Amino acid sequence: MWDELEFAFALLVSGLSIGLMYSLIALGFVLIYKATDAINFAQGEFVMLAGFMATTALSVNMPIWAAIAVAILGMILLSFVLERTVLRPLLGRPVVAVIMATIGLAAILRGLPPITIGAQTKALPLPTGDEPLTLWSAVIPPVQVVGVIVSVGFLAVFTWFFLKSRMGIAMRAVADNQQVAMAMGINVERYFAIAWAMAGVVSALGGIIWGSMLGVDTQLSLIGLKVFPVVILGGLDSIVGAVVGGLIVGVVESIAAGYLDPFVGGGTKDFAPYVLMILTLMFKPYGLFGTHRIERV
Amino acid sequence: MLHRESGVFKTSYAADMALYPLPIARWTVAAVLLIFVVVLPLSLQEYYLSVINLVLIAIVGALGLNILVGYTGQISVGHAAFMSVGAYTAANLAVHLHLPFWVTLPAGGLMAALIGAIVGIPSLRIKGLYLAIATLASQLIIEWVINHTPAISGGAQASIEVPRPTVFGVELKTQGELYFFLLAFAVAAVVATLNIVRSRIGRAFVAIRDQDIAAEIIGINIFRYKLLSFAISSFYAGVCGVLYTYYFGIANYEAFQIVVSIDYLAMIIIGGLGSVLGSILGAIFVTMLPIAIRIVVEAFGGYFWDTAALSAVAASMRLIIFGLLIIIFLVVEPEGLNRLWRNIRNYFRVWPFSY
Repeated sequence: MWDELEFAFALLVSGLSIGLMYSLIALGFVLIYKATDAINFAQGEFVMLAGFMATTALSVNMPIWAAIAVAILGMILLSFVLERTVLRPLLGRPVVAVIMATIGLAAILRGLPPITIGAQTKALPLPTGDEPLTLWSAVIPPVQVVGVIVSVGFLAVFTWFFLKSRMGIAMRAVADNQQVAMAMGINVERYFAIAWAMAGVVSALGGIIWGSMLGVDTQLSLIGLKVFPVVILGGLDSIVGAVVGGLIVGVVESIAAGYLDPFVGGGTKDFAPYVLMILTLMFKPYGLFGTHRIERV
Repeated sequence: MLHRESGVFKTSYAADMALYPLPIARWTVAAVLLIFVVVLPLSLQEYYLSVINLVLIAIVGALGLNILVGYTGQISVGHAAFMSVGAYTAANLAVHLHLPFWVTLPAGGLMAALIGAIVGIPSLRIKGLYLAIATLASQLIIEWVINHTPAISGGAQASIEVPRPTVFGVELKTQGELYFFLLAFAVAAVVATLNIVRSRIGRAFVAIRDQDIAAEIIGINIFRYKLLSFAISSFYAGVCGVLYTYYFGIANYEAFQIVVSIDYLAMIIIGGLGSVLGSILGAIFVTMLPIAIRIVVEAFGGYFWDTAALSAVAASMRLIIFGLLIIIFLVVEPEGLNRLWRNIRNYFRVWPFSY
């Protein structure tokens, strides 16, 4: 009995900590969707690219803080350029066009690293020490501790940003109704760019944390597939939803891996969140916290 | 087709909606058929025929996806999963019950249609991005289920070998024989699609695509037609999967992963959404592209990369060029190759008096 409880607690804690790190990446989706109504199917590739930027900076003997700065600045720049060249021409076009454009983007970003800097997995060591954090039966590796701290910090900052800051309020106005926002004197295009830049920062941090956990190679982009259930569960345009969705998916994953894998031979981790997502969508078509769209003819 | 319509006056709606818009179209279609049935198989080598065979299979799948995405406006990122449903259904029937292809092929299609209709049920409540991700989920779930159910996937490698199809007592072995087999299905799929989209069903699909609430108000049963669209599209996908299975002689889930779904989406986007000719052009383009890239990289890649790494380089180049093309088409020519073809045709239609 006691053993069972310890096992369950360990699964729960590791699920929660992984879940928070999913939330960090999910935040990138949510920011872009909230502001520009586009979903970024290349989010996983953004994360991967940030990892590659950081490892490339490390390989030319930069210190770790400089590598992190390089990744963040690089991702901001990249997001600006992509927003201008790819996504802006697609404003107001059908959803499938935007989805396909970002899928195309994902393909390009996945194809680039192997022919430029090589396909082998690179390590991205963070100066965290080796001592894991132990909470009763749960052992959390130091990278995850950093991940949790960064995630919580960012979620708090973004919540404050959207609720209190002038810029955040303007961004909410843009998300709510672009034309009215424009009429109120908000520079809509500028806020689109800012939203993409913020998503770039988030993916840079996600890339550094996930990269130091899993190693940086093209497989890192698969993290994008993990984040879909998170954003859909929470609702595409809700920051709270990204957090709650991340926690749910993290816990479901780790519990499924702990209890179901022995019976079905593995792989439930990648599959259980999607089943949960479909079931949720049947009852709440806009996720748990997403805004209901009122459609008019 | 390239011909002029001067002197042809349509006096009824039936004439306006006819399959052949002009009398001469009958002859151009016959000429095209002649090229495909007689000239190509007699003149091409085995290797080129095998490429054309892949194109023919892709045409069936692309038409199916275009009915769903291009005509009905529902997004599906799970097309390849329905192909795998068809493929494994047919393979199991062929191996365990020793059924011939003319039973397993429709059976595979129907099974895929059934699963497709089930996947389509959420489309009644969820739309756009949420639907896209729901179909993505069904892709992953179907893949996982097939992979983890030995009764379906046939054991450890998740692949089932199927016997070659036999038509009128002839076992189809060479590419030339398979060519005629596949050509028949591709032509049937094209004719069926042309007829579906100009029928009552097709017009209902287009109405739902343009504005589903308005379509419901004018009396279209959205529930029925959305599911029908998913079912028809998945039927095509299932048949396409069965054809792949017979073509390669093996059913394997690796041929139906999410990358393949994206390939098919690329086909209809590059070819042109909501157009039969576009699906065909897109299928040709996307199937030929990797082959062309491989040839170019093998010819010139040696100057830039190690010769040993060339196949990996070709794979990466394929991803990059593929992504670039999708984006360029979306930004510059949203209506795809079909539109380019129409522009050329319209130019020559009034040539040499272009005003």
